[in-house]
Amino acid sequence: MAEQVLKVKDLKTFYRTRLKENVYAVDGVSLELEEGKVLGIAGESGCGKSTLALSLMGFYFPPLNFGGGSIEINGTDIMKLPYETLRTHYLGKEIAYIPQAAMNALNPTRKLVHFAIDILSEHRKDLTKEQMISLTREKFDFLQLPERALWAYPSELSGGMKQRAVIALSTLLNPKVLIADEPSSALDVSSQKVVIALLRKMLNEKLVKSMIFITHELPLLRHVADEIVVMYAGELVEKGTSEQVIFDPVHPYSYALMRSIIVPEEGMKAQKLSCIPGAPPNLKNVPEGCRFADRCAYAIDACRQKKIEIDVFSEGRYKRCLHSVASLRAMYEAEDLPQETGGSVHE
Amino acid sequence: MSNQKKCFDQVLIETRKVNKVFGSGKKSVHAVKDMDFLLHKGEIVSIVGQSGSGKTTLAKILLGLLKETNGEIIYDGKRRDLSSLQKRRAYWQNIQAIFQDPFSTFNQFFRVEKILNDCLNLQELGHLSIEEKRDRMRDACQFVNLKYEELYNKYPFELSGGQMQRLMIARIFMMKPNVLIADEPTSMIDACSRSTILDMLMKLRDERQMTILFITHDLGLAYYVSDTLYIMENGETVERGEASQVILNPQHPYTRRLVSDVPKLREEWDLELA
Repeated sequence: MAEQVLKVKDLKTFYRTRLKENVYAVDGVSLELEEGKVLGIAGESGCGKSTLALSLMGFYFPPLNFGGGSIEINGTDIMKLPYETLRTHYLGKEIAYIPQAAMNALNPTRKLVHFAIDILSEHRKDLTKEQMISLTREKFDFLQLPERALWAYPSELSGGMKQRAVIALSTLLNPKVLIADEPSSALDVSSQKVVIALLRKMLNEKLVKSMIFITHELPLLRHVADEIVVMYAGELVEKGTSEQVIFDPVHPYSYALMRSIIVPEEGMKAQKLSCIPGAPPNLKNVPEGCRFADRCAYAIDACRQKKIEIDVFSEGRYKRCLHSVASLRAMYEAEDLPQETGGSVHE
Repeated sequence: MSNQKKCFDQVLIETRKVNKVFGSGKKSVHAVKDMDFLLHKGEIVSIVGQSGSGKTTLAKILLGLLKETNGEIIYDGKRRDLSSLQKRRAYWQNIQAIFQDPFSTFNQFFRVEKILNDCLNLQELGHLSIEEKRDRMRDACQFVNLKYEELYNKYPFELSGGQMQRLMIARIFMMKPNVLIADEPTSMIDACSRSTILDMLMKLRDERQMTILFITHDLGLAYYVSDTLYIMENGETVERGEASQVILNPQHPYTRRLVSDVPKLREEWDLELA
């Protein structure tokens, strides 16, 4: 078995509003990440994916607060470390983050090379300035960025180049865990493919040991991630390998999510597209029972009565649902039967 | 809807050799080049292309928000004439649009009620009684699964992106246009709300025989909803044809590249770097 790099247990983080209410955007999340693996996190907007990404860094800015749980990197709980140690020894070296909007992540008044020198002079005090620049140049080269990008201001680069530059800066110190928060959502399909291919190459060449990939684009996860967890209203509701979750989803929410995928592929036109009625619950006062119950076609009274615990039903797979796997599958099959009327979008 | 192949015979909008040039001299940009384009009644057409391919410019020309540099646009058998405000108003009763960014489509100073009320005024229905107006607004909100009672007193920025996009469709529902131009209607919302929006648009098409033009870079969406596809590159149409033909059997190298760049579910995705 490969070495476990990251282990998160029962992590809770909350936003404190001006009215002193606590809004738990990440509510009891546990996950594990092995070396060489990519973990995908899927879910709709507002489900807490990005908050989870930020929380994993162990680094909290108000209004985001730490609410409990542990984040272990190679066996050390980073939440127990003093802030200075965390900053000098962990951020960037052990765990790094690629933000969602690369365009806003870079200070427009500084050349890219200066960001790199900033990072390196903090973490690699043994290097001279020339060595720092050549190290950065190597990284930029790897990400297929031209020499000119090194000496450019962020505004002089295209969107795809900026995104790659941000990746280069985030991975300068070859972090063990890389958290990529929608790294390609602002790019067109061709630049997206380049970014994804480069991230995969980094992983293959062990420049990055493992990765957490957050996106709402499920076809992308199918090709990038080894395992997928599905997030809903601050909780993880299903986990499995990417094949399992995409082709054989068990939780009603993931099932509906997978049915909303549209890809340009043969047979797609004949497929029925599902849409989930209603909106996710307000995280300020989440229902006590299943958080998906109000939008779920298969909800029964028992779903709403008490908190639903994670149910591990086979090796490496779990769901957060009262129904048994067999009964869920039977219900999906019954729904799949051809019907004259229904919410079909196309023909 | 039947599974038979639909045939469209009535041409609603036709463009003949439409060009659009921005600027002049050395710095000019030829955004749309000799565009020949047909939109039949009840048809769903998608124009697919990457950023900068001129697809939004074309949409704006069709909407009458930009003036074409040269070429002819024929609407409903006659040459389109937008020379006076009155004629433009009449044109916009027939042709409406949904834009990409739901956050900037509404006037932030108007409440939802006023936004919807303005649709009635544009249709010269301002004389209706308040109750009747409310009923119509309520119907429109119900169509898009919004609750009029919860919304009417809110400002657009108090709504979520998905809600705003649905409110946009509620407007379309009230305006009853013949043609809808949807410019990247789903690029800012997630997959789940996307299918809801598509579902509503298809319903409108089926009930009203509405003609829809999708402008998008999302090949999957274009393939799924449309009858006819146009692929645009640098202001020119490089390929056009029946949607399944274009996507499953692309002829032009640009289309082929575009199709291969999209991650699929069942097919392998070739991640080799060029």
